[in-house]
Amino acid sequence: MKPPPFEYDAPRTAEETTALLAEHGDEAKILAGGQSLVPLLNFRLARPERLIDINNVAELEYLRLEDESLRIGALVRHSGLERSEQVARAVPLLHEAVRLVGHVQIRNRGTVGGSAAHADPAAELPVAFTALDAVFLVRSSRGERTLGASEFFVTHLTTALEPDELLVEISLPVPPAHTGSAFVEFARRHGDFALGGAAALVTLNEEGTCAAASIALLAAAPTPLRAAAAEAMLRGRAVDDRSAREAAALAVADIEPTGDIHGSAGYRRDLIEALVRRALLTAASRAKECT
Amino acid sequence: MHAVVAAGDLPPDLPAIPTRMFTDGSLDEYLQHPLARDVVRYAGEPVAVVVADSRYAAEDAAELIEVDYEPLPVVLEPDLALKPEAPRVHERTAGNRAGGFTIEWGDVEHELERAALVVERRLHCGRHAAVPLETRGLVAEVDDLSGVLTVYGAAKIPHVNRGILARLLSWPEEQVRLVEMHVGGGFGARGEFYPEDYLIPYCAIQLGRPVAWSEDREEHLRACNHSREQVHDVVLALDADGRFLALCDRFFNNTGAYIRTHGLVVPAMTAALLPGPYRWPAFRCEVNQVVTNKTPAGTYRAPGRFEANFVRERMIDLAARELGLDPIDLRQRNFVEAADMPFPTGTHTDGHPVVYDSGDYRRLLELTLGRFDLAARRRWCEQAEGPRKRGVGTAVFVEKSGIGRWDYARVEITSTGMVRVSSGAASVGQGVDTVLAQICADGLGVDYDRISVVHGDTAVVPDGMGAFGSRATTLGGSAVLLSAQALRARLLDLASEHLEISPDDLLIKGDRIVARGAEGTAVALADLYRLARPARALERDVRPFLSEEAFFVSEDMTFPYGVHFAAVEVDVETGQVSVAAYTVGYDVGRAINPTLVEGQIVGGTAQGVGGALLEELVYDDEGQLAAGSFVDYLLPTAAEAPAVDVLVTEDEPTFRNPLGAKGAGEGGAAAVGAALANAVANALRAEPTQLPLTPERVVRLAREGEA
Repeated sequence: MKPPPFEYDAPRTAEETTALLAEHGDEAKILAGGQSLVPLLNFRLARPERLIDINNVAELEYLRLEDESLRIGALVRHSGLERSEQVARAVPLLHEAVRLVGHVQIRNRGTVGGSAAHADPAAELPVAFTALDAVFLVRSSRGERTLGASEFFVTHLTTALEPDELLVEISLPVPPAHTGSAFVEFARRHGDFALGGAAALVTLNEEGTCAAASIALLAAAPTPLRAAAAEAMLRGRAVDDRSAREAAALAVADIEPTGDIHGSAGYRRDLIEALVRRALLTAASRAKECT
Repeated sequence: MHAVVAAGDLPPDLPAIPTRMFTDGSLDEYLQHPLARDVVRYAGEPVAVVVADSRYAAEDAAELIEVDYEPLPVVLEPDLALKPEAPRVHERTAGNRAGGFTIEWGDVEHELERAALVVERRLHCGRHAAVPLETRGLVAEVDDLSGVLTVYGAAKIPHVNRGILARLLSWPEEQVRLVEMHVGGGFGARGEFYPEDYLIPYCAIQLGRPVAWSEDREEHLRACNHSREQVHDVVLALDADGRFLALCDRFFNNTGAYIRTHGLVVPAMTAALLPGPYRWPAFRCEVNQVVTNKTPAGTYRAPGRFEANFVRERMIDLAARELGLDPIDLRQRNFVEAADMPFPTGTHTDGHPVVYDSGDYRRLLELTLGRFDLAARRRWCEQAEGPRKRGVGTAVFVEKSGIGRWDYARVEITSTGMVRVSSGAASVGQGVDTVLAQICADGLGVDYDRISVVHGDTAVVPDGMGAFGSRATTLGGSAVLLSAQALRARLLDLASEHLEISPDDLLIKGDRIVARGAEGTAVALADLYRLARPARALERDVRPFLSEEAFFVSEDMTFPYGVHFAAVEVDVETGQVSVAAYTVGYDVGRAINPTLVEGQIVGGTAQGVGGALLEELVYDDEGQLAAGSFVDYLLPTAAEAPAVDVLVTEDEPTFRNPLGAKGAGEGGAAAVGAALANAVANALRAEPTQLPLTPERVVRLAREGEA
C-alpha cells in the first residue's frame, strides 16, 4: 500500500496550476485534500505520472454569500463548509449533507472541489449540489466556462472537466423563503459511504401545498440523479405520507443502482425509495416550521 | 533491492509449518509451506519475498515479478467442498475433509421419534477475523559474535514459536531467541506461527543483516488467520413440557486452504461447548474440518463458541416460539443445576473429557435478567412505532478457560529489595502484568508497587505457554502464586535465622521483614538479598539468591459462564440494527482485577457486535476476497459499539486452581451473535439463520416476518 513513483508540483496560484495542467494535463492529477486520491495511489489503482498539489493555492479557498447566491471556492475544506454559520442558515441542506461526509479527520482535509471533481455518486456533496442547481466554474489556460450539475457529472468517477481544466468554484442559488430541506442517507456505519440516500427541497406556497420540489438521489445511478418526474408530480399537492410515497415510487421507477457486497441493486432501490419518502416528509415539515 | 526469494530458493527439505495443538496425523497433508510451491491455493498465499531498503522500493520491485498463474477451479463453501465432484484443494489428498470426529451419547433416533417437537434448521456463521488494529510485524537479526538469531515481534506464545522456528531452520533452540513486544491487539490471531515468521528470519540469516517487516492492512486481511465460518445442520428435539431430548448437529468448519497451527482447535471447541448449560439425554455432534480456497482460518476470541452459542441459543428460541413458551422459561427448564457440579458434559477436547467444575446458571440468569430489567425492556419494545421495530434477545452459555495444561513462574528479590516476577505467560494487552503483580503481592505479602513483571523473552524466561484461551491468569497466575508462596516461606526462614525469631512471628511489610508487635526488629529485603549472595550464602551452606520457581499444572480447564441480554431497534426499511441496551452477566469464580475483567467483557462484546452485524470476509465466485480493505471490511467503531453494562459475579470459584479464578477473556465475544440474532428475531417476528445480520438480510427477514 505505497504509491508508485510520481512527479510532484506545488503551484501557488490558480494561474500556475492551469499552466501546469496545460503542459501535463493528460498524465497529471490534481491533489487537494487527498481523501480519495491518496488511497487510490496507495492501492496502485491510480498511477498518475504527476501530482499537482493545489493545497497552497490560497485564492481558491473562500466562501461568499452575496446576492442570494453562495459561492464556494474549490479548496474550501468540508469542515469549513460545515462550520460556516452563513451556510447553515442560508443553505441548511448543504450543512446537513456535509456533516454526513466521512469523519471529522476526513472533513478537515477533504475539499469541496475535490469531492465534486471525484464525482463519486455515493458522495454527499455532488448530490446536494445536484439538488441545489449548483453551477460549476472551470478554468484552463484557454479560458473559463460554467456547467450545470447534469453536465458536470458525466458518469461514475468522471466529470466533464478536460485534462487541462481546473474546477475553481461551485456556486448555487440560496433556496427561496418557505423552503424546507432534508438530506437523508443510510450507511452501514457512521461515516461510511452510504448505500443510498436522498436530498429533498420543498418550497410551500401560501396554501401550504408544494410550490416547487427538488429531489436528488445518492448512489442510485452512475451520477447524482434528479427525480424530475417526482418533482413535477408534487407541484400543487400537499406533501403528506401519500404523496411522498407516490413521489418516492416515481423517483426510483427507472433507477438501476449498482449492487455490491453491502447491498444488491434491488435492496438499494427499495432503500432509496424509503429514503426519498423520508426526505420529502422531513423537508415539508421543516418548510412548515419556517412559514 | 537486496533479495528476492521464491519457494525454489528455500531449503529443499524445509518442512511445512506444523500444528501445535489439537492435531492428528491426518492433518499433516494439509499443512502450509512458507512459500507456495507449484500451486497457489488461496488469494493472498505468499509466493515470493522482496527485501529492499524501503517499502516503496519493495512494492515497486514486487510488481516486476511475473507469476505465470493458470486458473484452477475453486471451491469456497465448506459443505460444497465435501461433494464428490468438488475440486480437491490439495490434489494428492483423498478429499477436502482434513479431519473431524463425532461425539455421541444417548439414543438420538429414539428421542427424535418420541419428541413432541423437532426443530430442524441450517445455520450459517459468517467468516470474519480478529483484525487487531496493529498489524503484524517482525525484526530479525543474527548476532555476529554469538550466532544467536533474535526475532522481535513475537506475541502470544514466544516459547512455542521458538521451538517451531528452530525446527524449520534446523537450528538448536538455544540459538534462537524470540522477544515479545507490546501489541496493539492479539485476539488469537496475532502470535501464531505464520509463513512470515519463518521467512523474515530466513532472509536475515541469508543476508547477514537485520530484516524488518510490517504487514499492511491489505496484506493482513488476506494473510492473517480468518475464523468463524461454519455451516450447521441442526436438529433440536423437545418433549411437550419443553424438556430437551436431543441435540443433533452436523457441521462444517471452513478452515480455508491449509491447516495452520491450531489443527482442529476451532471445530473441536464448537463441539466441546455446544451442550452449553443444559442437560441433553441424547447428543450427537459430527465435526468436519474442511479445506477450501480461502485464507486459512484459526482461532479468534471465543473460537468455536461464538458459533456454537449462536447455533444452540438460536435453536432454543426457535423451539420456544413453536411451543409458545417464554424463551427464558424454556432455558430454565433445562439447566444443569448447581447441585450437579462437577458435571461431565459428555463432550471432550483433544481426547480429554469436558467436566464443568462449578456453576449456578439459574442464579446468574436471574441476576442478569434483573440487571437488564427485562420487564421494562419488554414494555419499551411495545412502544415501537413506524418502521422501527424493537426486540429483546438472550443467550446463556458456558465458556472455558485455561487451556495448555501448565505454566511457569519465578519470583525473586532483587539487589534493591524489589520483587521481580518472570512468567511464562504473555501480554496481549489484557493487563496480565497487573494481574500477575497482584497475585504475587498477595502470595508474597509485599506491596504491589514493589513488583515488576517480565515475560515473553525466551532468553530471560526459560519456558512458558503464553497467552491464549483465557489461560494467562488461571495457569500463569497460579504458577506465580505457588512461587511467591514458596519464596515467602524461604524469606521468613532466612529472616528467622537472622533475627532469631520464629518465622510465625514475622511478617513482610514494605521493603522489610519485621517482628510482629515489635517492628523495630526488622531486616530489609535488600539486606536479605546481600546475605543470600553466593559468597555469604555458600559460607553458611545455604542455596544462593532469593528466587523460587514453580510450575502449575492442571489437566482440566475451568468453566466460567455467562448470560447476554440485548435490546435492539430495527429499521425495517433500511435494515439497520441499533443496539439500544446490552447487558452481560459473567461469573469468573474470582475476579483478581474486576476492572480488567469488565474491560475484557466490554471489548469482547464490541467485537461480537462486529461479527453479528458488520464484519464479513466476502469472497467473489473466483475466490478473490471482496472485503479486502477497511472500506469493505467493517469493524465496529465507537459509534456502533453499544454501551455494555457488565455484571461480574464471583459466585462459583473453581477448585481447579489455587486462585479460584476462571479466565475472563472471551465471555464478552462468545454470545453476541446469539443474543443479537435472538433480539432481531424477536423484533421482526422472523427467524434469522445467518450471521452477520447485514442490512439486506434484515430487510428480507422483516418482509418474512410481515408475511
